[in-house]
Amino acid sequence: MKVVILGSGRVGARLAATLDAMGHDVSIIDKSKDAFSRLPSTFKGQIVIGIGIDEDVLREAGIEKADVFAAVTNGDNTNIMASQVAKELFKVPQVIARIYDPLREETYHTLGLQTLCPTTLISNTIVETILPGASKPEQVPASVAGRLE
Amino acid sequence: MYIIIAGGGKVGRSLTETLVNDGHEVLLIEKNPVKVEQYTEQLGGVVRRGDACEAQVLLDAGVKRADVVIAVTGEDEDNLVCCQTAKRKFKVNKTIARVNNPRNERIFRALGIDSAVSHTQALLEAINHELPSGHLHHMSGLRDNNKELISAVIGQNSPVLDLPLKSLMLPSGSMLVLLMRDGNPVPPGSDVRLAHNDELVILTPRGNDAELQKMLINS
Repeated sequence: MKVVILGSGRVGARLAATLDAMGHDVSIIDKSKDAFSRLPSTFKGQIVIGIGIDEDVLREAGIEKADVFAAVTNGDNTNIMASQVAKELFKVPQVIARIYDPLREETYHTLGLQTLCPTTLISNTIVETILPGASKPEQVPASVAGRLE
Repeated sequence: MYIIIAGGGKVGRSLTETLVNDGHEVLLIEKNPVKVEQYTEQLGGVVRRGDACEAQVLLDAGVKRADVVIAVTGEDEDNLVCCQTAKRKFKVNKTIARVNNPRNERIFRALGIDSAVSHTQALLEAINHELPSGHLHHMSGLRDNNKELISAVIGQNSPVLDLPLKSLMLPSGSMLVLLMRDGNPVPPGSDVRLAHNDELVILTPRGNDAELQKMLINS
């Protein structure tokens, strides 16, 4: 499987290393060269330095032949934009965007983007660990401070 | 009209002031509390602190009754997300986004932004227009995104110099809208010959640059 990953942070680098070790064809993009130091020395995939919302950078990473695109930079909006470019313009069959902000995640999930919100996932996992089987509230009120970054 | 503006940089601030003076109801959303305080002092109660990419912030700003949302931050991703949230989640009729990188203009349109405005492109066009005669100038796109207005200034080496206006051949689908000579309009059907420094305004399908350049500017 051909996978293009945007963002070589902890998640991106680990995802790239895992899929690479499983024998998949991996390209990983990051704007900073230093970010690739997180990749293991055994990594056989392709490394692309550039901005992930740039069509030419995505092309260089082989987006046109990709089966999967995963956007895991630390910027929600960058992930959202890059994912839409991959999905709508390059017609990548499976596109996944990490979005930290639960409200934004909900919005884009509703609009048809495949999204993952680590904030909700981890919070729910902790709740599940300390209160197994307890029912969680449908909606969690958002804090004003959290909205102001 | 109720207009929400996202991003209080130079563009957002001037835009707010202009639209307020034009009599519109305007709300500027800006993240930086120092700027919010400063603008509130200068412009009055038309500024609110927040991240306009947040659905809740837009909702609190009354996005549901907004006629237009304009995103003019320095980050294209932020402008896209703000306009998409306004458009798709809150059904705002018209969204306008500033495009910082001209390469993103096409992407913005493809992703449903009503109007993508690139200041870099606008600046290039404006400078291009000031250059000596013998050039093409993109004046404006139309609502029909496939057509645009182009101005051509006839230079000394133009292949159509001295040609009767009525014999002028343009690329298929194009139309001469106006001829300007010495600051005065000359109707397209007039019995005149094309002269140096004449400005032709042409409505044409997009992508005809090379052909128009060859026909009107240099052979």
